[in-house]
Amino acid sequence: MEYEAVIGLEVHVQLKTNSKMFCSCKNEYGGTQNSHVCPVCLGMPGVLPVPNQEAVTKTIQTGLMLGCHIAPRCKFDRKNYFYPDQPKNYQISQFDQPLCEGGGVPLNLFAFPKDVQNDPHVNFNKVIRLTRIHLEEDVAKSFHYDTSSGIDFNRAGTPLMEIVSEADIATPEEAFAYLTALRQILVYGGVSDADMEKGQMRCDVNISIRPKGQIEFGTKCELKNLNTISGVRRSLHSEIARQIEVVSAGGEIRQETRRWDDAKGQTFLMRIKEKAHDYRYFPDPDLLPLRTDQGLFAEAQRRVPELPQAKIKRLQSDYGVTEYQAGVLASEIAFANYFESAAQPAKNKVLIANFLLNDYLATSPDVTAIPIPPHYFTEISELVDSAKINSKQAKEVFAEMIASNKAPAVIVKEKGLEQVTDLGALEKWCDEAIVANDKSVADYKSGKLGAINALKGYVMKMSKGKANPSVIDEILIKKLTS
Amino acid sequence: MSLYTETITSLRSKLSAKEVSPREIVESLLKRIESVDPKIKGYLWMNAEEALQQADAADLSKPLGGIPIAIKDNLNVVGNPCTCASKILENYQALYDATVISKLREAGAILLGRTNMDEFAMGSSTENSSWGKTRNPWDIDRIPGGSSGGSAAVVGAHEAIASLGSDTGGSIRQPAALCGCVGMKPTYGRVSRYGLVAFASSLDQVGPFTKTIEDSALLTQVISGYDPRDNTSAPQAAPDFLSDLKKGVKGMRLGVPKEYFVAGMDSQVEKGIRDAIQQFQSLGAEIVEVSLPHTEQATAVYYILATAEASANLARFDGVRYGHRASNPTDVLDLYGRSRAEGFGSEVKRRIILGTYVLSSGYYDAYYNRAQKVRQLITRDFTEAFQKCDAILTPTSPTAAFKIGEKSQDPLQMYLADIFTIAVNLAEVCGLSLPCGFTSEKLPIGLQIIGPKWGESTILRVGQAYEQSTTWHQQRPNL
Repeated sequence: MEYEAVIGLEVHVQLKTNSKMFCSCKNEYGGTQNSHVCPVCLGMPGVLPVPNQEAVTKTIQTGLMLGCHIAPRCKFDRKNYFYPDQPKNYQISQFDQPLCEGGGVPLNLFAFPKDVQNDPHVNFNKVIRLTRIHLEEDVAKSFHYDTSSGIDFNRAGTPLMEIVSEADIATPEEAFAYLTALRQILVYGGVSDADMEKGQMRCDVNISIRPKGQIEFGTKCELKNLNTISGVRRSLHSEIARQIEVVSAGGEIRQETRRWDDAKGQTFLMRIKEKAHDYRYFPDPDLLPLRTDQGLFAEAQRRVPELPQAKIKRLQSDYGVTEYQAGVLASEIAFANYFESAAQPAKNKVLIANFLLNDYLATSPDVTAIPIPPHYFTEISELVDSAKINSKQAKEVFAEMIASNKAPAVIVKEKGLEQVTDLGALEKWCDEAIVANDKSVADYKSGKLGAINALKGYVMKMSKGKANPSVIDEILIKKLTS
Repeated sequence: MSLYTETITSLRSKLSAKEVSPREIVESLLKRIESVDPKIKGYLWMNAEEALQQADAADLSKPLGGIPIAIKDNLNVVGNPCTCASKILENYQALYDATVISKLREAGAILLGRTNMDEFAMGSSTENSSWGKTRNPWDIDRIPGGSSGGSAAVVGAHEAIASLGSDTGGSIRQPAALCGCVGMKPTYGRVSRYGLVAFASSLDQVGPFTKTIEDSALLTQVISGYDPRDNTSAPQAAPDFLSDLKKGVKGMRLGVPKEYFVAGMDSQVEKGIRDAIQQFQSLGAEIVEVSLPHTEQATAVYYILATAEASANLARFDGVRYGHRASNPTDVLDLYGRSRAEGFGSEVKRRIILGTYVLSSGYYDAYYNRAQKVRQLITRDFTEAFQKCDAILTPTSPTAAFKIGEKSQDPLQMYLADIFTIAVNLAEVCGLSLPCGFTSEKLPIGLQIIGPKWGESTILRVGQAYEQSTTWHQQRPNL
């Protein structure tokens, strides 16, 4: 029997704010243990929470970027459970009135893993629907030693968004693409750095399988300890295979929480879920209902940036790059910004894209911190475009530019690479080429247009590689067709 | 007359006339405490040295310059114990000042000591304290009321000029009535709750115990006002509570709710209230009958909502970061279980269990949600009543002070001690209690004056008119 997977993701995202969700402690990754703490985030007797408006605004902004409905009025609730990493033994969260509902994350080709980007069976333009986004406070971090445990409360009270998807994800690759596309939007909006390895973006996965075509869901398992996007993909492949194996052997899937072991490439049982935990949610009486329609919504709207899909379209129309090029450029906002500052003053904007996507990416995959200033790209493309150097020389200049961080014009001068664009000399070489290559001339005239390359090669040889190939083209065509 | 019998107002004039010094006031009180507190047991902790230092440094130009104030043990004062009369916070020292404490300091007050209370403010007799029972200054075999029994008793026994307490369902007004002093529960949101150890966050409010209405106005003034640390505090400045104080009640309409004269009410208490109503009439007020039909449900609603909130508020006391920790726990659940079992008293446990139950899935709608709806109805009762009158007169407590141990085995009987005060917290309005007579056993009777939201000026004015036309507040217990 053929099975299909049904996958839903719960993603926790730490918001980039100066202070914590309900107190004025610094919201900062790292720092000496228990240094960013105060009576409020330690849950001392008598303290009260005060909501961080910036965190609320950023959550609304996220909702707007993802097409969610924003509640004009909502509230905070207490989620009750005892755990040492939770100072109050309740978490301030949102239960039945989240800030954002609905919306979705549009996937795109570039969000998928490279090895499936040519797979014709993949629907690259699927939209994964969202159930909701709510705002809550993060818990502290526990450390376990041989005979004791320690708690670092620096993280306790960090503003945290929980983004819950519908069970729309059908493959591990879609899960990968979902997380990549979501992360891209969060970074675009400046709401989070969303670095999974720093715990700024954390992901719980719900996964079940069912016979293909069946409508009812199977029993789901929850996967934990997923620390990278590719780890999510690997864990899902492993877990789907495990579930299919169990069911194929006549067994049943139990509702359980499983821990992904990336080194072993397997999931392991953590605990069996016997019944749903009763969190005894109720509205937090310390916090007034939250109005978003009195300024916060407008502020969030003001902050919504151009999103990846719009940027891809605009890069195509403004700079004439292909959809593929625009997609790669837009994959990181820093890369797109770099391209735009290099391309804006340039005449031949596509040439800049080519340099960045072919030549630069061949030297380094790092698109967020390109070590040379963008105007070097402007300069080198101007040199090529104005036929000062040819494309072969450009490669040489480019390599030197990356290696030495010298301006292209300087390199050209040092290496004596200026192309010959003296029309008199070029015409002379072209005439010689036509005289010396009867057959190619005849071939060209009989319609084999490719024969012109032999003539071009002759001229290049005569010029010792310094002739401008496009000018040669022009002259030869003129001479052969007149 | 000894200094300890004075009021804030009288001491302020003596201080500015340089007839007395703050040190003399503190010394007079310390002596009084030394002589009567072994009988009353109102104080849990004193820092005489520090109080004397504060007295010497007092800035008399400030509104409470040189005036000592006693503090209920659930308000954080940096460096002081803050145990909420619970073993679970034995040896706990506060890390910061509550906002009301900062305001007292800014106003020049001297912080005198910590007063006894029912554990976590849960109770009506102060018998639920882990540190022993406080006695009523008018009869030391009787309870002082609660939960702020210590704060009421020390003012009633003239061991303090004034004190702060907290009121969740009557915890200021009821002990004030039973100890013969003035107790004010301000409008919810008038006074910051930051630094008050929460019992029920949507009901708790800090307020003063004083010997006179004028002192109550003065102290309420000092502690009121918006606090950015308390999301539920109202973003508005308090008006001048003293400016209208002496304008009298002539032409005012005072409501008497028919539902508040219930069967089972002590006849002497009823007579005291009826006489007070007559007195208002003779002062020129118009008495109108009003109705608060949902009063009957108030106690039930209160014990659902307050316990629900408390079950979460008290979850933080788990032995992990501070407070009592069970020895040699086998794992974290054992640590939680035993620390809490050993640390909390039986009434606190009862309310945590009740609150946990009413929030449980399957019961939430029937209890918590329903109680919230009835709370709305109770609020509406008051809104409608205040369209017919400026303030409402009721008894504060259905009986005068009862005997120690009389109700401590019967929680339901104990809960009924607050039937006249609870609705005021649920409706978020303000109320005060002031002396309006004595029983034949010379036990004080309290009159409750309820005002609309932000109506403190009105009820203080009504209280002032009554107090100035009677002598009840001048009586002193024999100790």
